[in-house]
Amino acid sequence: MSSVSGPTSPTRTEYLKAFRVMLLARVLEEKLSSLYRAGAIKGGVFLGRGQEALSVSVGIHLRKGDIFAPLIRDQAGRMAFGDTVLDTLRTYLGSQLGSMRGRDGNIHRGRPREGYQAMISHLGAMIPVVAGALLARRMKGETGVVGATCLGDGGTSTGAFHEGLNAAAVEKLPLVLVIANNQYAYSTPGSRQYACANLIDKAIGYGVPAHEVDGTDLQACLQVLGEAVQTARNGGGPQFVVGSLLRLVGHGEHDDGQYVDPALKASPLGRDCLAVSEAFLIEKHWATGEEIAGWRIEAKTEVDATAAKVQREPSPDPADEEWSALSERQFGEEIYRS
Amino acid sequence: MISYLQALNAALDKLLADDPRVFLYGQDIGAFGGAFKVTKNLADRYPGRVLDAPLSEDAIIGMAIGAAIEGMRPVVEMQFADFSTCGFNQIVNQAATLFYRTEVSCPIVVRLPSGGTPGGGPFHSQSMEALYAHYPGLIVMTPGTVEDAYSMLLEAVAIDDPVIFCEHKFLYNHLKAESLPDVALPVGKARIARSGRDATIVTHGAMVHESLAAAEELVEDGYEIEVVDLRTVKPIDTDTLLASVARTGRMLCVSESWPWGGVAAEVLARVSTEGFGLLDVPAQRLNARDTPVPYHPDLWTAHRPTADAIAASTRHLLEM
Repeated sequence: MSSVSGPTSPTRTEYLKAFRVMLLARVLEEKLSSLYRAGAIKGGVFLGRGQEALSVSVGIHLRKGDIFAPLIRDQAGRMAFGDTVLDTLRTYLGSQLGSMRGRDGNIHRGRPREGYQAMISHLGAMIPVVAGALLARRMKGETGVVGATCLGDGGTSTGAFHEGLNAAAVEKLPLVLVIANNQYAYSTPGSRQYACANLIDKAIGYGVPAHEVDGTDLQACLQVLGEAVQTARNGGGPQFVVGSLLRLVGHGEHDDGQYVDPALKASPLGRDCLAVSEAFLIEKHWATGEEIAGWRIEAKTEVDATAAKVQREPSPDPADEEWSALSERQFGEEIYRS
Repeated sequence: MISYLQALNAALDKLLADDPRVFLYGQDIGAFGGAFKVTKNLADRYPGRVLDAPLSEDAIIGMAIGAAIEGMRPVVEMQFADFSTCGFNQIVNQAATLFYRTEVSCPIVVRLPSGGTPGGGPFHSQSMEALYAHYPGLIVMTPGTVEDAYSMLLEAVAIDDPVIFCEHKFLYNHLKAESLPDVALPVGKARIARSGRDATIVTHGAMVHESLAAAEELVEDGYEIEVVDLRTVKPIDTDTLLASVARTGRMLCVSESWPWGGVAAEVLARVSTEGFGLLDVPAQRLNARDTPVPYHPDLWTAHRPTADAIAASTRHLLEM
């Protein structure tokens, strides 16, 4: 278990870098929410409000050449790993120019060739994919690579979670599995999800070191994720990190989250990690309130301008679509359609 | 003489020797050589490239997908085709959708030891080809000869898309050939296993041999039956089917698996929608019975199509 102090505490520069990504992710998600309400988004919208500190801390410790398979509430982590406001909006708004070209949408985006995996909806399924990518890197003789993937408390109940983490542990792969324990899987509380006292107890069964962190505290998240990623990078095998926090939005924007226990909202878990880190910045004299307000305006300007641009971009044209699920088109079938 | 199983082993040996991107992953496939010994001696010969996996079909296939994204050419073994249902999600939702979603292809081969053997019972006898063929993004091969076992496995690894390779357990040791082939029909091309003029039997896998035996039985009655071996069930070589039906005017499709939504159902749909005018009588099919695969050999023999049952169905077709 890690504690928040000592020589590995994040520096002002590291903290500010992470904060700016969190802020941009928050502002972008606020825009996605309003676009959703305006009916401009083609599918669902799933936000990471309240989870930015944990998420950004995953992405920010990865570097070019690493592998990252984020989940639905990882806008901040995605951006720290190199995803952009532009591609996020293109994917949500169904632009033909987005990385998924209208074939998939919202949080199902990625660039697998660049190590940025495009999640499928089946929870836990990305764990073995990241493990396999790491196995391939090892076979190719690459060292110092890390693969990280994120999941929620609900995802720890899946078979894929068990199989993937176990197989990664058997192969001693440099996998960092980050659990955002946001207290609810859609509407199901932890009490109906698992019976162990603490989710980190699951790790011992796999022979995997566990780290626990307050997911509302950016400084703690940066430090714990930094240690977990470094340990994996140095050959310490899979690392299991559980961040405790509360999802501050519904499961998706269609959901008002009325099932969330008010006592949890009032508890320390219900703190907004962005507000907590703003207060921390001001208290440490690392930034002033005016500076932070300026950064927010900067982020909003970028997001609004990008959204306006993307809304003028073309939608995919069914007549131009190749309609081939195979890369080797010669094996595709022309099945007669009357 | 080389058996179907030895041909698979030889293909894997050649793949490992020729291509550093190839590795094998599956349960008991390392030093033990696999439940059926398809990977015998390969772990010794290619250290670090023939890996034993935990009992985790989802993880085995998911890891193969991740490795394929990174440019490797993984060949994974499901110990029995039946157990691939435990890895079904990774096959149909991850591997099969990857290229369409991301433009990154997914060159994995999933080997499925398929089909019935005496005493195999409900969970060691299934033929899963129709199930996987249903999903876009997968190529499904059902080699029915020693030559195809060898050459199609080589091709499966060369293809940039996910291939479900349904090798038939009943043929592993029963079926033998003089030598391994140097050339092969292209992927997706059916083979005329036996030429004829009176009726066409379309089939695949172990049923090729039952159908050929049935065709021999009908020679005594003066009939010349054409047997078409599909080789791949996705894609299906509709042109070769239609050309054969154009010659014979009658078609029976024989498939070892269940009738509902199966390979035979698809073949009948193709021939009756695209070749209705070529048929003198309605196309027919013969499948396994619509129950789990029974354990007792007497029940099993009555459950799946056999040469006798195929001959009877073909006689019925000829007399229509």
